[in-house]
Amino acid sequence: MIRLGRVQVKVIERVVATIPLALAVALAAFVLMRAIPGDPVDIMMGEGASSSEEEMAALRTGLGLDQPIHRQLVVYLKALLRGDLGYSIVRSRPVAQMIREALPATIELAMCAMLFALALGIPVGVVSALKHNTAFDRVSTAVSFIGVSLPAFWLGIVGILVFSMTFGWLPTSGRIAYGMEPRHITGLLTLDALLTGDMTALGNALRHLCLPAAALGLGVAAVVARVTRSSMLDVLGSDYVLFARAKGVPEPAVTTRHALRNAMIPTVTLVGLQFGSLLGGNMIVETIFGWPGLGRVVVDAIFARDYPVVQAAVMVYALTFVGVNLITDLLYTVLDPKMALE
Amino acid sequence: MGQASLRTDELYQGALARSADMSGSSGARAGFWPRLMSHRGGRLGLIIVLAYVVVAVAAPVLAPYSPGAVDLVRRLVPPGLRTGNLLGTDQLGRDILSRIMHGARVSILVGLATVCISAFVGVGLGMVAGYYGGVLDRALARFTELLLAFPYLIFVIGAMSVMGPGFWNLVWALSFKGWVEFYRLARALVMSEKNREYVEAARVLGRSDGVILTCEILPNIVNSMLVLGTLRMGNMIVMESSLSFLGLGIPPRMPAWGSMINDGRRYMLTSPWVATFPGLALALLVLGMNLLGEGLRDVLDPKMMEG
Amino acid sequence: MGSVMMHEVASGVDAGAAAGAGMLLDVRNLHTVYPSARGNVRAVRDVSLTVAPREVLGVVGESGCGKSALMLSIMRLVPRPGRIVEGNVRLDGVDLLELSPAQMRDVRGKRIAMVFQDPMTTLNPAHRVGDQIVESLRVHGMMPSGAGRPEARRDCLRSRLWQGRRDREEERDYVIELMRRVGIASPEHRHLEYPHQFSGGMQQRIMIAIALACKPRLLLADEPTTALDVTIQAQVLDLMEEINHDMGTAIVIVTHDLALAGDFCDNIAVMYAGQIVECGPADAIMEDPLHPYTRGLLLSMPRLGSRQTLHAISGEVPDLTSVGAGCAFAPRCERRTSRCEAEESPLVQTRDGRVIRCHAGTIVSL
Repeated sequence: MIRLGRVQVKVIERVVATIPLALAVALAAFVLMRAIPGDPVDIMMGEGASSSEEEMAALRTGLGLDQPIHRQLVVYLKALLRGDLGYSIVRSRPVAQMIREALPATIELAMCAMLFALALGIPVGVVSALKHNTAFDRVSTAVSFIGVSLPAFWLGIVGILVFSMTFGWLPTSGRIAYGMEPRHITGLLTLDALLTGDMTALGNALRHLCLPAAALGLGVAAVVARVTRSSMLDVLGSDYVLFARAKGVPEPAVTTRHALRNAMIPTVTLVGLQFGSLLGGNMIVETIFGWPGLGRVVVDAIFARDYPVVQAAVMVYALTFVGVNLITDLLYTVLDPKMALE
Repeated sequence: MGQASLRTDELYQGALARSADMSGSSGARAGFWPRLMSHRGGRLGLIIVLAYVVVAVAAPVLAPYSPGAVDLVRRLVPPGLRTGNLLGTDQLGRDILSRIMHGARVSILVGLATVCISAFVGVGLGMVAGYYGGVLDRALARFTELLLAFPYLIFVIGAMSVMGPGFWNLVWALSFKGWVEFYRLARALVMSEKNREYVEAARVLGRSDGVILTCEILPNIVNSMLVLGTLRMGNMIVMESSLSFLGLGIPPRMPAWGSMINDGRRYMLTSPWVATFPGLALALLVLGMNLLGEGLRDVLDPKMMEG
Repeated sequence: MGSVMMHEVASGVDAGAAAGAGMLLDVRNLHTVYPSARGNVRAVRDVSLTVAPREVLGVVGESGCGKSALMLSIMRLVPRPGRIVEGNVRLDGVDLLELSPAQMRDVRGKRIAMVFQDPMTTLNPAHRVGDQIVESLRVHGMMPSGAGRPEARRDCLRSRLWQGRRDREEERDYVIELMRRVGIASPEHRHLEYPHQFSGGMQQRIMIAIALACKPRLLLADEPTTALDVTIQAQVLDLMEEINHDMGTAIVIVTHDLALAGDFCDNIAVMYAGQIVECGPADAIMEDPLHPYTRGLLLSMPRLGSRQTLHAISGEVPDLTSVGAGCAFAPRCERRTSRCEAEESPLVQTRDGRVIRCHAGTIVSL
């Protein structure tokens, strides 16, 4: 059918349009690291370190820093295409490997936080809209407001204080208890535990996920609730909902089939945007909870002045963000037929 | 990236753009203060923010102790009314209340400076891009798209790790990405305003573009900028705290809420007040700014009353 | 065509059951109120009217006169916090206001259907038009039978879940036929399209198709042509006339355009400030308006070829939160007397079946 074809073309268009952006991101990461004032080797060696001139020269050559800048760029890009992200100075390991190990943890955390936010935020938003101006509505609006204002890392700390230290219900840090790790298939421990049927591991992993996901997700949940509520209210007062009622459509169907579908559209785009802020807030929460994800890697690398790692990690973050936005765009196209054909 | 993120931006800020249609330059000002005062949330927000500002300005006078006064005899004293330290002391015996007060100065200054610079740059560029369009507009669109590809905190952390801690480093780093939102909003508003009759009239009268932009269009979009700035300032302050938490913010000698929270982490089990109170101070200020921002939005942009 | 009969409906006088006999729709003493920050807006004040089977009734008035509120009240779709506070709405003798919500839902769409003013905002932008038409059927558990008349299925829930291929084809054929009936070209392809892919006139036809899916006996149309170009207006009105003629559906059309009502309707009811002020056969009203407001409306209509200055009715529509005891139109009326300002006139029947709410009108006609 003709219409389907056009949507498919749109999809391909969008994906292709992202490529120059990805390239620009890689370039930007490169530039950022080269913008260090002063001699990078000096900084890496640290002040007061007594390294000989030969060691420093060797390092310089090893990092390719003695080449002219355009040569460095070419080397960098070629390495990127090979999947080589450089070598960590501090850990003496390929950066790509470090990232590959850490990325699933971050993704798992971000996804769980997002799921938590949606599972909490959407129902609250919908019910608030349906029960407009009742006590529930007012209370939930106030709570969402506060939720938006509380910084994630503080929530994490308070959460640890209350749930781990005071009540001892939840673990303080880490992803899973020592020795309980299931066999790695995807790197997402919960998924792996499910796939291998290791239920104790699953339970343990989920317990470890609770606090960090909640700390990250609460703020997002509040935003989701507010946006869902206001968009539901808009939709519920709209003409087509009135028309649906005039047709004799029963209330539950009005809410689900007519109202929700259109009301969810802003929420979907919001999810895409919020994922970006989740990826950002990730770092601090990971540090607090000792979560072995990309954020922790970046923070440690920053303090250790491990620049290749910082550069690669920033780039990976950005590319993930771009990818998530692309997916959101495409989802939006599916949900809103008008958009698809513009 | 393009369409979807612009959409929510438009949803969020499109209503602000619509307000420019409704408020007009003098209409919004008339009765502004009474209306803000009668808005429950806005009033509370204003009180909170003013309280913080007063404390920040008068910190040297108001604080019971010097923020850096180390007293190893009185380490980790719990909060209490009669101990002499209302909110307790930290691991170096420094009074937490005083440090919080001085920390307010830093946070508010950083927030204010960042918002001002971001607004100045963003609105300036946005107005030009929105009014003239063309090459500049397209180039900036590409550039902002690239900039937005990096999540805010990561970008700032990356920049700060390169530049090192410091007040102005932080402000520049935060502004480097912060201006984009002001840019987008200003551009959208100018694009909708430039076709209005009063602009047409001014052109007919022979006013130059520059004059039109500053004297005719700018007053009409100032309201929306004010709302955006207030709402964003809370964000900036949280980011400043996040950075000082990581030790990447302002120099460690100056008290900052983020670094206080980081210091207190080690003592959470035994002396939770060290980390909790600065966090509370931060949360309360952000809450106040959000309330104030929402209040301003309701007052200056009646269409958003419902949300 | 049945004529509209009105009776003196001052409080305490019962119009009598015989008066409403044979009427498809019989509204009595309807009061609808919208609470607001400024006070209670009395949108519909003591409105009574009847609609006979196959009749076309026009409800005419300016914006804010309560005509839309009246339509919504009949459908019991008054948006909260507004509500109907008094009166009866009888459809084929059954008082709709006494029905349970479930029973009322059964009536909506199946016995009375409604079309609205702006099809672009009224049709759901996320659903295909064919689906929206079929929804009318499915919601009432009906299937198109062989003769093209929808009939109720006993096991409507099952039919929705396990709808056989043949059922779906039957529905699709019916939808296509319906779309063709309302004048949409190539319905075989277009029923899969979305509302925004149609022009305004086409969208309005789709809305009419949705309304007619269950073959209701009464169609309420709230300013169906106001958002359309004049030429398209004529087409849509022609369509509605056809439907009235072929399917025997009674139509109540709400409009601010008296000329349109005069052309299109059998009878006209003129509303002002929430009340019916005049009612009668369309020709009679257009030729000889009795109420000063109707007169004013007619005189303010521009006429081709006439060079008279347009006559405007001075003053403004009253604030419906604070309605006094006197006639609502008195401040703007040229023929007002001190009696008009003090006391509201009840609806009074005149000779030749017309009804009017005016002291002056009564005197003149008697």
